[in-house]
Amino acid sequence: MTQPATAPTVAAEAAGDRSAATLVLQDVTLEVGDGEGKVRALDGVDLQVHPGELVAIIGPSGAGKSSLLAVAGALAAPTSGSVRVLDQDLGPLWERGGQSALARFRRERLGYVFQSGNLLPALTAADQLRLAYRIAHKRGRARSFDPQPLLDAVGMGHRAGSRPGQLSGGERQRVSIARALVNEPAVLLVDEPTAALDRARSQDVVALLAEQCHERGVAGVMVTHDHDVLARCDRVLEMVDGRLSPASA
Amino acid sequence: MFLAVRELTHARGRFGLMGVVIALIAVLMVMLSGLSGGLVNDGVSGLKNLPVTAFAFDEGTKTDNAFSRSVVDGEQLAAWRDQPDVEAATPIGVAIVNAVTDDGTQIDLTVFGVEEDSFLAPTPSDGSGLGAPAGIVVSETLRSEGVELGTVVTLDQTETELEVVGFTQGQATFGHVDVAYAPLATWRLITLGDAPAGAAPTEADLAGVDADHASAIALQAVPGSALASGDTDAVAAADAAAGTTTMTLVESFNASPGYQAETLTLAMIQWFLYAIGALVVGAFFTVWTIQRGHELAVLRAMGASARYLVRDGLTQAGILLVTFTAVGVAVGLGLGALMPEGMPFSLEAGPIAVASVVTILLGLAGAAVAVLRVTRIEPVTALGGAR
Repeated sequence: MTQPATAPTVAAEAAGDRSAATLVLQDVTLEVGDGEGKVRALDGVDLQVHPGELVAIIGPSGAGKSSLLAVAGALAAPTSGSVRVLDQDLGPLWERGGQSALARFRRERLGYVFQSGNLLPALTAADQLRLAYRIAHKRGRARSFDPQPLLDAVGMGHRAGSRPGQLSGGERQRVSIARALVNEPAVLLVDEPTAALDRARSQDVVALLAEQCHERGVAGVMVTHDHDVLARCDRVLEMVDGRLSPASA
Repeated sequence: MFLAVRELTHARGRFGLMGVVIALIAVLMVMLSGLSGGLVNDGVSGLKNLPVTAFAFDEGTKTDNAFSRSVVDGEQLAAWRDQPDVEAATPIGVAIVNAVTDDGTQIDLTVFGVEEDSFLAPTPSDGSGLGAPAGIVVSETLRSEGVELGTVVTLDQTETELEVVGFTQGQATFGHVDVAYAPLATWRLITLGDAPAGAAPTEADLAGVDADHASAIALQAVPGSALASGDTDAVAAADAAAGTTTMTLVESFNASPGYQAETLTLAMIQWFLYAIGALVVGAFFTVWTIQRGHELAVLRAMGASARYLVRDGLTQAGILLVTFTAVGVAVGLGLGALMPEGMPFSLEAGPIAVASVVTILLGLAGAAVAVLRVTRIEPVTALGGAR
């Protein structure tokens, strides 16, 4: 596993270097279910992700990886603890119960890369980006948006007119990465990006993710089962039973 | 609209099938509108053409078949003529009779007995007007039965002979029977059974009639008066004074035989059609929204507001409904032009426009119920793995 010099270490986190972090989770707990079925999906999670850093979260199924993404991505409210993005506490957004405020926060600050890309089948690669731009910005400005540079940046400029059904799994993920970067997010949340890819394509996709995070100064969090791609990440953390810790070697 | 249009073109097979269903509903809607218009014309075109504000029937007359039930007299007529809101009042006699033409063709006639110098007297498009005791002005549609100027019509039972002296401009029917205008005195002679058998009525026959009755009193209101505006209090006061029950011209259509039952039946079928349209569109968009549940969750996770997605879904439904309703109306108009001549079928722009708008609006309402499901989609479900 590479460890770029610029990437902060877990030790640095423990030392309280929170000022520079883009994403900060502090003592976050998430309980799901009711009564006897209640499960603690996250248990006192602390995490800081800095600009330009791609952090991988590994762990067995049911360990709480997706729950971590949901809480960090303003998709689920933590039971306790705090989540901050660019020093903005998400707690008040949840307390006000304002779905529209949360939606606005997501479209302005966050980018998502989903499993298998989750692209819309009706849209070409270029239109996937145009739609993301329309969601993130006022419609009046949408006409001036050119998706080509972003598609070129992820190596998909030549497939701008192709729909998801005409793309391979790796290509779909590349378009999905471009789509997630349209709104120039502060945090990129990546959910099992290599789940449906072979080894070579998995390496390519994660290398692209790391490259984009580094170049654009985006704080990336990637949940994955795929240990072969961890070398591309700046840091690897392991989640077991809702607790986060540095990955064992 | 960005997503709506692209999904419409991408899933054109599914939307096309749905569109065909909407178009078929629109075709049926046009057909029903045409039948409804045709039946209305067949039932009351004779009344619609009259320059009348209202009809006064004998007090307490039941609306259904009021023209054949009601009998008014000279005193009631005089009372109405004394009303300040009334510009003119004239008696009208209505009787449906069976007859046979001189070439042996059996026909039915609604005899409208009117005073020759009144505002009800027909202005013929062909031939002459009322005047001769046996002269009648008949609906132009009777020409299809071989009736011409000079044709002698013999009434069944009394065998009274009447001669066609003129034709009205266009269709004039009442209770699906062609109208024949006759002098009021001749109508009285016929209804009293005093008409000569096997001969035409003469001036002498009419002079012998000692009656002042009619079926109803046709009223023309002074423009801007309470009667003209349909003020119920003013009408009730005048009715009390004259011993009558007054209906506006449009209300009097229900006094035509079978009119109310026919129009209610067709209106009911039409509303069922609207409801079916709304349900079909609603069901389609429900399935469509459920099928796209994960995609919509992805969009919501990306920050798309529920309002954005609802608006997009309704735009999609609107495009579908407007496009295929227009196609259906065009096909319906084409089919309407192929209707056989004898069929009561009349297409009018107003009712078709209203029906089209109702089809689209109710379809949108059905779609709205379905599309609103997006507000309940949790964006967190966009993440893989069961949560």
